[in-house]
Amino acid sequence: MVMTDPNKEGRFGDFGGRFVPETLIPACEELEEAFREAWNDAEFVEEFHRILRDYGGRPSPLTECYRLSEDLGVRLLLKREDLNHTGSHKINNVIGQALLARRMGKSRLVAETGAGQHGVASATAAALLDMECKVYMGEVDVKRQALNVFRMQLLGAEVEAVSSGSKTLKDAVNEALRDWVATVEHTHYCLGSVMGPHPYPWMVRTFHHVIGDEAHEQCLKLMNQLPDVVVACVGGGSNAAGIFSGFSDSDARLVGVEPAGGAAVGRGVPGVVHGMTSYLMQDEVGQVQEAESISAGLDYPGVGPEHAHLSAIGRAEYPAVTDQEVVEAFQLLSRTEGIIPALESAHALAWVVREAPSLQGQTVLLNLSGRGDKDVDQMMDVLGPGNIQ
Amino acid sequence: MSSPSNVGRMERHLRDRRDNGAKLLVAYITGGYDGWEAAVESAAAAGADAIEIGIPFSDPVMDGPVIQEASQAALETGATPASVLSSVPKLDTGVPHAVMTYYNLAHHPGHERFAATLAKSAIDAAILPDLPLVESGPWREAASNVGIETIMLAAPTTPDHRLPELCEASKGFVYAVGLLGVTGERAALAATATEIAKRCKEVTDKPVLTGVGIGSPEQAVEASSVADGVIIGSAVVRRLLDGGGAEGVGDLVAAYRAALDAG
Repeated sequence: MVMTDPNKEGRFGDFGGRFVPETLIPACEELEEAFREAWNDAEFVEEFHRILRDYGGRPSPLTECYRLSEDLGVRLLLKREDLNHTGSHKINNVIGQALLARRMGKSRLVAETGAGQHGVASATAAALLDMECKVYMGEVDVKRQALNVFRMQLLGAEVEAVSSGSKTLKDAVNEALRDWVATVEHTHYCLGSVMGPHPYPWMVRTFHHVIGDEAHEQCLKLMNQLPDVVVACVGGGSNAAGIFSGFSDSDARLVGVEPAGGAAVGRGVPGVVHGMTSYLMQDEVGQVQEAESISAGLDYPGVGPEHAHLSAIGRAEYPAVTDQEVVEAFQLLSRTEGIIPALESAHALAWVVREAPSLQGQTVLLNLSGRGDKDVDQMMDVLGPGNIQ
Repeated sequence: MSSPSNVGRMERHLRDRRDNGAKLLVAYITGGYDGWEAAVESAAAAGADAIEIGIPFSDPVMDGPVIQEASQAALETGATPASVLSSVPKLDTGVPHAVMTYYNLAHHPGHERFAATLAKSAIDAAILPDLPLVESGPWREAASNVGIETIMLAAPTTPDHRLPELCEASKGFVYAVGLLGVTGERAALAATATEIAKRCKEVTDKPVLTGVGIGSPEQAVEASSVADGVIIGSAVVRRLLDGGGAEGVGDLVAAYRAALDAG
């Protein structure tokens, strides 16, 4: 198996580990043990899947894009994570972590969020399981994702705007870690991606494995074969890890698409921040750089350690697309298939569109990780109401 | 009690001071912040037993608002590890120096290179709060090879069974984290501050200093009733942020010194 459990130090190859203040080490150990136990407990797993089904709406459908496939000369299939409750794949992970937190006797969740999707999902899980929830969100993101801020508040969560550093996702992670250092006895840090200290990268991928498992089965049912290419956007990389995990042992080419302004894997420089060693955008002395992307959810200078590993061993590739390509893809899917994608997910489509000439006749499975409603306001500013192409 | 012969300069100095009956005082100052060099000299002159010099990092997860603000300001005025470290040998302090920074700044240039840079910059010890014991082996070895003492943090959550190993690994002194939380002054000393210091003292004869959350000379005295001394950071840096300059820092450190000496 390519995407196996990490070793006992929490490493995937050279990447991962547990680089957090000593204060948090016991909490990480406790979480790892609780997760191992829970995941081996049939009742826990059954409750997890039951909630994802009856509450989250799983399985999410596989949609064949007839019009766009014809235009591109590529058979394009979408894994519709946008149709999950709360509008993205994020719900899988938060249901898993909230159930685990409850099992561990913790009554409060803290979470970081970029685009707001993970924050909304965390607030939702907290409401469902009657837990307290505080979400840290960069000041810049609070402005560009105002609708999601209000949504979290409606769900009963407290949203705190983070004004330190670059005021985006990485600073929200810092602030959530600072909260956790002070509240670790009764609080669970509901981390939103396949990043952070061990066991998070492994645990979050495991909760998202359902995406890949479903898609694998759906592809076989539809085509009696697996796709040639599996593509997903990558910020921290949770949706990509989820879908890759269903195909990493097949012959499918795995493609994780980064934003040009946040291409941690693309630059390939190892670093350590937020509890992990992975690829990290940093300057010549090691200061972490600010990512710059049109999509708040991918505005992250690092990447999950397992992606760094998949890149290092050559199993997955991580190209980048520009904001301009993303804006075009966002409109293209809306117009041709009647699906408004999240700007994050539009990165994956932008790569397919650009590479279509070399993918002729191939089947491409694209993880449509979220819906674009949250981005409509921002896109109206970018495009102008009268300037739709 | 005499010092073991193989200890570094930081530990030897602090042991000697302690064994002569003093309570220890370490002052933290953010390197690169406007006026930091004079503040370091002033803190030493006012009676600090060692100085912790912060090398500002972009993502200081263990720091509260005061040190974050100073770090951010220092970075914005162009502070780098090289600019901070190159100034240290020129400082007239007469006491050992530790750097306090985050692990990526050691990881990026490579352990050997970073350790060597510290060693030739009049630095005796290093504190990397996001490098816990379990991940610290390779760095500690590289640092030790060039005589840099790595000071480890013991947290209130650190289980008893790990404390002996942690205190054994720690060189220079043992940094007892006074509370669950990030750096910054608090209105009252947390109960955890004396508990963790006591637990460390039970398993090591190295100097044990309590830091994080010390907000007044009275609290320093209270913490030192168990610990061998205290580390003050945010209180010092606040003086700089408030425009108190080196003189303000000197006055503050002198007040802590006097309180500790009076017991």
